[in-house]
Amino acid sequence: MSTPLLEIRDVSKRFVKRLDVAGKIAARLGANIADETVHAVDGFSLAIEKGEVVGLVGESGCGKSTLGRVVAGIHAATEGQVFFEGEDIAAMSRTRRRDATLAIQMIFQDPFASLNPRMLVQDIIGEAARYHGLTTNSGLSDYVDEVMAKVGLDPSLKKRYPHQFSGGQRQRIGIARALAVKPKFLVCDEAIAALDVSIQAQVINLFMDLREEFDLTYLFISHDLSVVEHIADRVVIMYLGRIVENATTEDIFARPNHPYTQALLAEAPRLDQRKRDFAPIKGEIPSPLHPPGGCHFHPRCPHAMPRCASEVPQFKTVRAGHQSACHLNDES
Amino acid sequence: MTNTLEVKGLRTHFFMRGGVVKAVDGVDFSIRKGEIMGLVGESGSGKSITGFSIIGLIDPPGEIIGGSIKFNGEEIANASEERLQKIRGDRIAMVFQDPMMTLNPVLRIDTQMIEAIEAHRSVSKQEAWTRARDTLGMVGIPSPDERMRAYPHQLSGGMRQRVAIATAFLNEPDLIIADEPTTALDVTIQAQIIYEAQNLCRRTGASLIWITHDLAVVAGLADHISVMYAGKVVEQGATDDVIDRPVHPYTVGLLGSVPTANKRGKRLYQISGMAPNMMALPEGCAFKERCPRRSPECEKTPEITNRHGRAFRCHHPHVEGQS
Repeated sequence: MSTPLLEIRDVSKRFVKRLDVAGKIAARLGANIADETVHAVDGFSLAIEKGEVVGLVGESGCGKSTLGRVVAGIHAATEGQVFFEGEDIAAMSRTRRRDATLAIQMIFQDPFASLNPRMLVQDIIGEAARYHGLTTNSGLSDYVDEVMAKVGLDPSLKKRYPHQFSGGQRQRIGIARALAVKPKFLVCDEAIAALDVSIQAQVINLFMDLREEFDLTYLFISHDLSVVEHIADRVVIMYLGRIVENATTEDIFARPNHPYTQALLAEAPRLDQRKRDFAPIKGEIPSPLHPPGGCHFHPRCPHAMPRCASEVPQFKTVRAGHQSACHLNDES
Repeated sequence: MTNTLEVKGLRTHFFMRGGVVKAVDGVDFSIRKGEIMGLVGESGSGKSITGFSIIGLIDPPGEIIGGSIKFNGEEIANASEERLQKIRGDRIAMVFQDPMMTLNPVLRIDTQMIEAIEAHRSVSKQEAWTRARDTLGMVGIPSPDERMRAYPHQLSGGMRQRVAIATAFLNEPDLIIADEPTTALDVTIQAQIIYEAQNLCRRTGASLIWITHDLAVVAGLADHISVMYAGKVVEQGATDDVIDRPVHPYTVGLLGSVPTANKRGKRLYQISGMAPNMMALPEGCAFKERCPRRSPECEKTPEITNRHGRAFRCHHPHVEGQS
């Protein structure tokens, strides 16, 4: 098997909220308080082949955005390693690491918050490319025109500010900014969640065209199963910081293994379902400050057994190319 | 049987310094007792302003300048504030997208819910409290007795939205207007909220207007769907008709834009261009510049056509059996 383009091994990311002075004094005096630790990502491993589109699905607070940020190098992992083209990014030489981080770009959810409102569009798109020597000062203008045309923006608008664009156009600016440094890998964090349905379709089509044109690999983070089903080759389901299931898109939608995946699939609204009686799973995603022991999903799971509360299920292969972390797979 | 709500030719405009925004400009629909209507549109289509107009929450520079809103036979468009206060929260209730718009952050849940009952009923505090607690239980809040004493910030987003829905149902209204109540919530929580809302409507016989941009949500929930574009209802009919056999090119485009299993990996249909500027709507059909079927005729504003129990505004509708 070839080396995956990107691989993460046992990555954990914890955020610690330290006690303030008053808290420390109170703790000294015997109050039952301590530093609070959020296990945003907990021992996550994933390999992504070149050219693949991997959909990462989970509910809010499950750590999917944190994982995306660790992959994109915005957060450093607390534990574990991130490999790019087979090399550990943390152990790379400086120039090699620069190339690797340039090759991994991120597209953010909110096209209003992720663009500097005081920069012209041509600077937003061209700044990094010029700094990293992908174009010269004199060639910059043409370079920006070319990138803007690629994402379907009219290059004559490059001397405008972000607030003069609609939400869909801003998202295209964000995509152009990422493409300007010639990346190989894009992390799209809920990149279309804030857009209207008709604009969503335009941006999804753009992502698919760009994939073909530039041979891109995507980690497509979303809570929307129908979008992921449309665009992804493989789907990874995440719950409270852990991976629960990983399979090809056809397989996961046809034969979901984990009870959480089954619940997600059953409850996603679909156009072809009418007047159905919703019978949703109970409860909500627990706080990552105090995750339940054993399998994180057991308090909401309809099939929970005694061992689910004490023992973390192994993430193992249930059939070729399909892994899942559930004790039910040991039973039969 | 009379309709719970009848809206005819509703027009709500906003008189801004830069011009007139015709946020709602020709909305007609009616809802029978116990019916659920999905009001679908993209941002800026006027779907929320339609909801606000019905419940009488339009403030200057906005004004209802035309049309009628008949609620249980009574005209309530531009009714007096006094009369509206009697109706609001009692006979018509609204659930907002952000539950923190409904809930006061510095008051406990019980205080707010009891207040909502006492504003419309002369009951003892104890009765009001019991009623509030029971309603919390009805929307699926575990241990409602404890939750009654909580402040909104102590609850999760899904729980807050349940409290907002419970508050809306407190006085057993005849009509509930839900404005994107599940848009900010996760899929599993959304399913729970839809389930509770559907149940409560069945149990109390309330009618429901579910305002959303998500066609898939109303496909599974509503009896009827009205699709709005640029302030007008462009198509309405029974859910099966609108979803399976849309006639307006905008509805056709919208449905084609939704990713589904059988379009996997293929290009999605995309409506070209973007929503028009509401300050400067084009003459004639507002959709013509994005429409693949436009003709010179579209310079004239299309009137409502009624055919086989459905209504649409288009000169070139997709006729059934033809795509």
